[in-house]
Amino acid sequence: MIANLGFFALVLALACAAYATGMAVLSVPQRKPAWLASAHRAALLTWPLLTLASLCLIFLLVTDHYEIGYVSHVTSRAMPMYLKITAWWGGQAGSLLFWSWLMSTFAGAAMLRKWDRDYSLMPYVIAVTMITVGFFVGLVVLFENPFGRLWQIGGGEPFTAMLQPAGAAPFVAADGNGLNPLLRHPGMIIHPPMLYLGFVSFVIPYAFAMAALITRRTDDEWIRTTRRWTLVGWLFLSLGLILGGRWAYDVLGWGGYWGWDPVENAAFLPWLTATAFLHSVMIQEKRGMLKKWNLVLIILTYALVIFGTFLTRSGVLSSVHAFAQSAIGPAFFTFIGLTFIVSLTLLFREWDHLKSEHQMDSLLSRESAFLLNNLLFMGIAASVFWGTVFPMISELATGQKISVGPPFYNRVAGPQFAALVLLMGIGPLMAWRKASPKQLGRMLLIPSVAAILVVGALLILGIRSWGALLGFGIVTLATLTTLIEFGRGTRARMRSTGENAWAAFTTLVARNRRRYGGYIIHLAVVLMTIGIIGSNFFQKETQGRLKLGEQLTLGRYVMTYDGLDEFNTNDDRLVARATISVYRDGRLVGQLHPRRDYFVSSQQPMTIPGVRSTVEDDFYVLLVDWEPIAANGATFKVYLNPLVNWLWFGGLVFILGTLIAAWPDAERERRRAPIAVGVRV
Amino acid sequence: MAQTTVTSDALAARAGGGRMKFLVGGLLIIAAIVYLVATSLQSTAQYFFTVQEVQSKGASVVGKNLRVSGAVLGDTIAFDPGTLTVSFTMADVSNDTKAIEAAGGLAEALHQAAADPNAARVKVVYVGPKPDLLKNEAQAIVTGKLGQDGVFYADELLLKCPTRYEESVPAQSTGN
Repeated sequence: MIANLGFFALVLALACAAYATGMAVLSVPQRKPAWLASAHRAALLTWPLLTLASLCLIFLLVTDHYEIGYVSHVTSRAMPMYLKITAWWGGQAGSLLFWSWLMSTFAGAAMLRKWDRDYSLMPYVIAVTMITVGFFVGLVVLFENPFGRLWQIGGGEPFTAMLQPAGAAPFVAADGNGLNPLLRHPGMIIHPPMLYLGFVSFVIPYAFAMAALITRRTDDEWIRTTRRWTLVGWLFLSLGLILGGRWAYDVLGWGGYWGWDPVENAAFLPWLTATAFLHSVMIQEKRGMLKKWNLVLIILTYALVIFGTFLTRSGVLSSVHAFAQSAIGPAFFTFIGLTFIVSLTLLFREWDHLKSEHQMDSLLSRESAFLLNNLLFMGIAASVFWGTVFPMISELATGQKISVGPPFYNRVAGPQFAALVLLMGIGPLMAWRKASPKQLGRMLLIPSVAAILVVGALLILGIRSWGALLGFGIVTLATLTTLIEFGRGTRARMRSTGENAWAAFTTLVARNRRRYGGYIIHLAVVLMTIGIIGSNFFQKETQGRLKLGEQLTLGRYVMTYDGLDEFNTNDDRLVARATISVYRDGRLVGQLHPRRDYFVSSQQPMTIPGVRSTVEDDFYVLLVDWEPIAANGATFKVYLNPLVNWLWFGGLVFILGTLIAAWPDAERERRRAPIAVGVRV
Repeated sequence: MAQTTVTSDALAARAGGGRMKFLVGGLLIIAAIVYLVATSLQSTAQYFFTVQEVQSKGASVVGKNLRVSGAVLGDTIAFDPGTLTVSFTMADVSNDTKAIEAAGGLAEALHQAAADPNAARVKVVYVGPKPDLLKNEAQAIVTGKLGQDGVFYADELLLKCPTRYEESVPAQSTGN
């Protein structure tokens, strides 16, 4: 009953999306505003319909309806309530429904904005968002239906179908398989929604860009709307990436946070192009340049979002994240191909209208710094993309499957990121149009000297890795130039207004949120870079089999094996938990409990590290293996990850900076409001 | 009038020259990135081979990053807890999903490979704790390098016991 209702809502939502698309596009040549209004209402209606479908699914999940294929696949009786709800996006079909629901939420939010000045864009914004919603709902309805019931013919394997096939009897599973244990982690509960939010919010800027191209209103109005939405998507995607890293660090048990896995790359690629866009859009706003390029970036970001979803959902690349192989691959491929061709055709049609209003003046200018920034972001994106698709390409071309792993990405992306951080330190100091080398040199003097001093000090301390030395040098320079920018602004304010330092600083940031929010993000990048350099260049590891009371040494740490407990929990886990004592420089600093949870019904083990975390380093212990009689010994793998906490702290600052930069500017809105009213009157 | 033409020509030429600088600079950077990608690809690429392919290619793949899968021979498993050294021999299994299905599933293909004295074999050495799943007729997926001595030195050892995964052929067996 509930399943039928959910499925019916899905079909209606698909019909609404199709109707809205058709009516919106046709309303323009037919000059029928009523049709557009109807399309608008139909587009808005997809949200309550998809909400209803989602509520139906959640109801089925939490009330143990194991006659439904999806429910029996992703939940089990032993799972707590909140996990049953998160199972909404724990499997293929449900996550596609979740994606569609989020997409229609964002489409709805975009529909409800004030349209007064760009009313002519509306038909195409409706069309683009509804085509995307329709595509995903279509996938759910046609290929991956979460409401399908289980049936059985004779004593055969149960299978899923919406309607009763001939000769089949309903099948009700006694209990479900349960959610993949790896997904039962707080980080995992927030991480996918954040990534999806990031993904779907990038659809809105794309819709506005396409609408601007179709209506030939490629003035600067659309770019303001687009920038705001891109920033929203960027915020969520950044949050999703950071949470994903934290989840990997806490749960996957390999001592790292980023493995250059195809699916991680899939989420990283649109982030890179969006970051490039957020920078180059400033040139368009200030100088009316790079208009074509910005459109290319928006189109690429959208294509990469769909490509990313395709990678995760189609099983074309197997990885920890990928769901099983499925029939939706070709559908995705066609959709990406079509949108790409249509977008580029529209772009070329408008090519001549998108002329730059200015020429590049000098190699040493803010413009060329932004240009270089874009080149590097695109370089990283292209390298990562190439590495991700290389196994497929090599197999198609030569029949020999060749893959690349983390060493490839580190070697390729590392130097480019280093160049970006350096540019991040120098770029903001450059003047628009033409920077004076003398003035630039003067501003860079103190940071450069400090960078050289830091590198010298590290050399004396015995650090010989030139990559790390170069990295720390660049980081010092970028930190100081950014801090000096804050200092200069604050001092100028103190002089002109007579405020005290703190008041001057806070009003400075509050009055120029975009600029100083951006600089806070730059500082966050510096913090994260320190964490990445530390954990990449100086990670130490060891492993050993210890009998009770024996010890293992790593760096300044010594750990002793004190004991092991094995017990069953009431949520279907068999837990083996070791107790170890950690000594630093001979002093007891704490006890850790690395453990292995074995999920009995799904036969899946999960290794949870015991971590002692400080600003300086993380002592990260994994329980690898143990004897039934604890005294006979257990095997541990131990990592020492220096500075890794800087990465997480930097992540927090990053989000803070993005919030400051994206926060709506109340004052400016108020100033703009009377003008808008005036226009309407 | 003539004067104006000259000036605008000069301006155009200057703008063209400016463009040139940007173009050359951009191309240089792109060339550097392409070079970086190409060389890194060469030195870090990982080749997927069967045991048979490793045997027939022999010396030509020594030192390259390889990923090889095969059937573990139970009698050959040895473990030294002192040095945490695991060693075993594995036999050739096809990496073609269809061939495996034709053989009656992965478990059957592994069983046949282990029983076939003529199947190509390679000795594997791995330093690390002995995995629970390392037993007779398990599928081992090893990544590492082939030594001059014909022994495969694995940096990573993955194991699959097909009986647990009856429903489908594990992705790793096809070299994904």
